[in-house]
Amino acid sequence: MAFTIFNTIFMILFVVITLYPVLNTLAISFNDGTDALRGGIYLWPRKWTLKNYITVLQKDNLITGAIVSVARTVIGTILSLVANAILAFIVSRKRFLFKKQLSLFWVITMYVNGGMIPTFLLYKNLHLTNSFWVYVVPGMISAFNMLVIRTYMNGIPDSLEESAQLDGAGYTTIFVKIISPLCKPVYATVALFVAVGQWNSWFDAMLYNRMSDKLTTLQYELMKLLSSVTNQGNSAEAMKNALGTVTPTSVRAAATILTMLPIVCLYPFLQRYFVTGLTIGGVKE
Amino acid sequence: MALGVVRKKEKIKEPKVKLTWKEVKRQKVLLFWAAIIVVYGIIFYYLPLGGWAMAFQNYRPKDGLFHSQFVGLAKFQQLFADDTFIRVIRNTLAMGVINLVVTFVMAIVFAILLNEVKSKGGKKVVQTISYLPHFLSWIIVTGILHDALSGTGIVNELLLKLGILSQPLNFFAYPKYFWAIVAFANVWKETGWNAIIYLSAITAIDPSLYEAANIDGAGRWARIKYVTLPGIKPTIMILLLMNVGNVLNAGFEIQYLLGNGLVQSVSQTIDIYVLKWGISQNDFAIGTAAGIFKSLVSIVLIVIANQIAKHNGEERLF
Repeated sequence: MAFTIFNTIFMILFVVITLYPVLNTLAISFNDGTDALRGGIYLWPRKWTLKNYITVLQKDNLITGAIVSVARTVIGTILSLVANAILAFIVSRKRFLFKKQLSLFWVITMYVNGGMIPTFLLYKNLHLTNSFWVYVVPGMISAFNMLVIRTYMNGIPDSLEESAQLDGAGYTTIFVKIISPLCKPVYATVALFVAVGQWNSWFDAMLYNRMSDKLTTLQYELMKLLSSVTNQGNSAEAMKNALGTVTPTSVRAAATILTMLPIVCLYPFLQRYFVTGLTIGGVKE
Repeated sequence: MALGVVRKKEKIKEPKVKLTWKEVKRQKVLLFWAAIIVVYGIIFYYLPLGGWAMAFQNYRPKDGLFHSQFVGLAKFQQLFADDTFIRVIRNTLAMGVINLVVTFVMAIVFAILLNEVKSKGGKKVVQTISYLPHFLSWIIVTGILHDALSGTGIVNELLLKLGILSQPLNFFAYPKYFWAIVAFANVWKETGWNAIIYLSAITAIDPSLYEAANIDGAGRWARIKYVTLPGIKPTIMILLLMNVGNVLNAGFEIQYLLGNGLVQSVSQTIDIYVLKWGISQNDFAIGTAAGIFKSLVSIVLIVIANQIAKHNGEERLF
């Protein structure tokens, strides 16, 4: 009995600590900026306003960032899924001549990498800096995602492939028509991993595309908002603002909510995919 | 982020395929795509390794990799003579180890306690909520943390109301709080996510073990201690092993976003150092040397952890 009470309290505390900061940001995003500086806003706005959101939606760089973020998420996820699936398909074919070698070639990349500077110089030499492609091409194949898909493909009976071959199907047909339809769950898992990673990344925008405003991303813009809040403080900024009643903090709250919105709406429905994805991912040679 | 369970190698009879023209022709589609993928891999993963040569040179961009002056280990000597770098190693290791231990313990505790929740619906709701922070970017998480810990934030307010503080405290101004804040942020973000794998390991435990424990009169704590924990021990070990190699990788985004001038003596990590010297100051050689040092330490850590696991008869990575 004592245990049940303790456990219930623990779970409630856990939920509160997880949700409160998010709900508080939500409340602040709908609250008048200058009013919010007085503090005392918890789960509900005191002085309702939509000005924070209007301000966000009027900022050109945030709109550009949102478009780029959506584009990189969609294009990056498709490219990455196709590439990882093809690679996983190849290394999971029992008859493939260089099965071992090709797997090892990729597993090594999980443990050894060139590091930030050589990578940076490489991208520069490849003219990937100041380009959209730096978001989607370099990380396209990842050994981890490949291994997750491969493990799943290894579980598909060989007889399917063999009988298709007897019917005259080539590897392309087997991949597209037979194996891939069976791999939908694991494809969904990997697509989710990649999409979340794409949506959330900001460092590449800062490192490689700092000079081109057209290639900024939502997260990077959010980061700039965060540093403007911490560096300049609130009151000085608030005075300068044309709308008068928004502050960097309240605008950032609105931008934060808009940025997390797609993920928060989607992830509960994708739950079963990432749970199975994590448990099947036999990450081992 | 590597999470996974290692299965024992299954002994499947692999067909012996010989490298013959006939076979090559048969597999030409596979070989064609494999070749493209290998070229891609060489360009994006192996070519940067060639850049390691910079660390042994007086690298100047206009001379390139092939004509810069070779200086041996001079850059590494310079690196280790720098007090900042020594401090940066300490910070990286300290935060890496603290985060590893704290997030591990919290995920296991959370998984075990959640498993004990009777109500199916309650369990589902708590678990769904627990994943949420994992999907938020560090930008969002650090922003939220800034608000919560700010002068008018909820933490200060609570501490003031409880009488623990007499005036608001700026947590980000004191080095002594920084590591704890980073550890808390990691726990907040990843506990629910990391618990997924333990929860599935717990479900895989043979229910008859629990029944037997009940017959023997074991209480709840005893069941957790003697059935649940031993049941998930292999999972814990393999995840620990996989993450030890990542200890030095655990320090960039959050420290970069939360750090400020007042706490930089404890917030700077190897990656931030590389960024600062390599990219901002254009000292490619020093930055690369620091990066190589990090890679080498990571590999050594993985090998050591693997040896320990082997010695203790646990599952291992390789």
